[in-house]
Amino acid sequence: MKVLMFGWEFPPHISGGLGTACYGLVKGMVHHKQEVIFVVPKLWGDEEQMADFVNASDISIDYREKKFKSIWKNLTYLEVSSFLVPYLGPEEYQKFTDYAIHDRADVDESIFTTKYEFSGKYGKNLLEEVSRYALTGAQIARDRSDFDIIHAHDWLSFPAGIAAKEISGKPLVAHVHATEFDRSGQSVNKPVYEIERAGMHAADHVCAVSQLTKNIIIDKYGVPAHKISVLHNAVLDASIIKSTYNKKVPEKIVTFLGRITFQKGPEYFVEAAKKVLERDPNVRFVMAGSGDLLNRMIDRVAELRIADKFHFTGFLKGDDVDHMYAISDVYVMPSVSEPFGISPLEAVRHNTPVIISKQSGVAEVLDNAIKVDFWDIDSMADATFALLHYEGISKMFKELGTEELKKLKWEHVAAKLVTIYQKILAEKS
Amino acid sequence: MRTICFYFQVHQPYRLKPYRFFDIGEDHHYWDDFLNRSVMRRVAQKCYLPMNALLLELINKYDGGFKICFSMSGTFLDQMESYAPDVLESFRKLVDTGHVELLNETNGHSLASLKSKNEFKTMVRDHQEKIKKLFNGYTPKVFRNTELIYSDQIGEMIAEMGFEATLTEGAKHILGWKSPNYVYCNSIEPKLKVLLKNFQLSDDIAFRFGNKTWADYPLTTDKFVKWINNVPQSEEVINLFMDYETFGEHQWAETGIFEFMKHLPEAVFKHTNYGFSTPSEVVAKVPPIGKIHVPTPISWADEERDLTAWLGNDLQDEAFGKLYELEKMVNQIDDAEIKRDWTYLQTSDHFYYMCTKFFSDGDIHSYFSPYDSPYDAFINYMNVLSDFVLRLKEKLKEQEAEA
Repeated sequence: MKVLMFGWEFPPHISGGLGTACYGLVKGMVHHKQEVIFVVPKLWGDEEQMADFVNASDISIDYREKKFKSIWKNLTYLEVSSFLVPYLGPEEYQKFTDYAIHDRADVDESIFTTKYEFSGKYGKNLLEEVSRYALTGAQIARDRSDFDIIHAHDWLSFPAGIAAKEISGKPLVAHVHATEFDRSGQSVNKPVYEIERAGMHAADHVCAVSQLTKNIIIDKYGVPAHKISVLHNAVLDASIIKSTYNKKVPEKIVTFLGRITFQKGPEYFVEAAKKVLERDPNVRFVMAGSGDLLNRMIDRVAELRIADKFHFTGFLKGDDVDHMYAISDVYVMPSVSEPFGISPLEAVRHNTPVIISKQSGVAEVLDNAIKVDFWDIDSMADATFALLHYEGISKMFKELGTEELKKLKWEHVAAKLVTIYQKILAEKS
Repeated sequence: MRTICFYFQVHQPYRLKPYRFFDIGEDHHYWDDFLNRSVMRRVAQKCYLPMNALLLELINKYDGGFKICFSMSGTFLDQMESYAPDVLESFRKLVDTGHVELLNETNGHSLASLKSKNEFKTMVRDHQEKIKKLFNGYTPKVFRNTELIYSDQIGEMIAEMGFEATLTEGAKHILGWKSPNYVYCNSIEPKLKVLLKNFQLSDDIAFRFGNKTWADYPLTTDKFVKWINNVPQSEEVINLFMDYETFGEHQWAETGIFEFMKHLPEAVFKHTNYGFSTPSEVVAKVPPIGKIHVPTPISWADEERDLTAWLGNDLQDEAFGKLYELEKMVNQIDDAEIKRDWTYLQTSDHFYYMCTKFFSDGDIHSYFSPYDSPYDAFINYMNVLSDFVLRLKEKLKEQEAEA
């Protein structure tokens, strides 16, 4: 089978989890001897050559093709708000849009040149790039007729997937890694929502990274349940990471690592920390990361008078991330809404027991973790205290958690995806 | 004869280096030596050296008719010894003239007077020792508290330590209709004289001198002399208190601030009935006119002249509270490095950097801060403090083991 896949980023040039997930999935597909044509807006040349990569920036568009006109017409709604950056909190988002309104570049001219240089980032011309990417998708679908099915990852590439389907008549799978409701809570961005919705409805089948995401797709996007399959993420490498990095403080360390935004629920971590410290002052809490709620968290920590035991590291990169996992005694992910959430699995690889919110997709695949509601700070504090003090449970989590990881392989995910493809193709014919 | 009393505050804090969470428990050196040294050298070139030279010239020229007073923080003195022995030399020359008074303050430029009498007294004693050592046995008689912070209670403590007088802000909300241009005394212990800063005239020089949008710009000696002549004859002393760094650092040389100072004594002698005195001369000559009541602490900072530049928001109160929780432990430890870090960690500037009054006085705050935001300042300080606590605990354990 040959799949025409549209992504937005690919390792090593990634800024979020999407690229890593695409990498894992393609790797799994290759393992099962499936062919993948993988399209990204911009190729850097240092990607691992595991698929037939297509650089959208190299594609010239042939405007004699009449169908393109109608595709373009359907895309004009994208211009509503010309600028959008995903994965931002509402406050940060507001700042960016306010700025964008005064700094809006006209899209039309550059769209209708024959070639277009994509940035492939989440920059201020994002919607323009998304529209243009759709035209490119149509062109690729016309040039290459050797594929059986189309697969588009997240809303950024949905318009490209739709266009490719219109041109080729091949079935489309829309893969949802995150929805606008996860990113922005209730203040969703309308154009993005519309694109997501259009993609899911135009698709012959939808893949969701968790049951949680599947439920959102049913409830908020009106897609019938039978059209959606859950396809959990996996880990690229399930081996245990033995770090030589040593902790330098005598206290135990409880860690939050992620963007400090609404979606990640940092405030619940702070409140739980206060409760734990009341019972046991010999613990240090660390909030690693950056985001629009950072200053509010610092204020709250000072107000609670726990700043001598609650530390902020700012954004961590490279080795520091590994060091942080390595010295943590408990890892907490209190996400308010997390389609999947790969970071607790990283913690497990470092032999660190984890507490995850029930509102995360990863909770569906990880049994050896404590699961709490994100808002339930008492349970979160209890669980933290227990993992710090009761050897038995943390030891068990360490042993069993690593066993569980070994089951989360991308080749299993890919195998499941292939059966989904086969079913769709069988229904079509 | 009426008199002008010049007091210059000389201070540099020991700024912390960027200290990360990962450094806690491992790196016990907190100070940004490079930054501290370069600030010291820069200010030495722009302010301390040229201004000291100018003042020495004026003192010699008027043969003691012109005199001044300095208060030098302990953190400044230490940095001067390490980074600027040339500056120390020039200050010694000034003190040797006999027309320069040195004030006693807290060694760490700390806010201890607000929290711990014991720590406050230790800091005052340490500073006194340092002055004696550096300036040929000189013993100060007048006290100046950090940031001119003063209240009736603080005054009482100062009197208890045997000082004749202290300096503070002539804050409007304390004075009401009264004038700062008299000598007052403490309301609990009248033995202690209180000199009040004439903030109008002081700030004309310190803050407004180079401000081109100020209605009275440019400030000339003629203008200034006219203003002090307008002060009613019965008012005897004008206290001009300001940061020494005003000269050349806050007000650049290009503003003409050095020229202004160079010609001011001459203009005063020629056109007014004022002379110049140091604080102890003022309190020896001028009898107090009455008590000054200061029930809650005042300072010389910002529009409010209160403590909100250093304390009051959660960041500041948390850091300040956590710092002084350590006092007991520190006092049980006999270790020079711990004592030194404890002193430097108390410096008021650390709390000043955490100030969030960004929209009114924020400009001046951010000018003096090495941090991007008060939040950065807070995180860095708390990381350092966490390491300091670990060291204290370890030292205590060591001492117990030995005993």
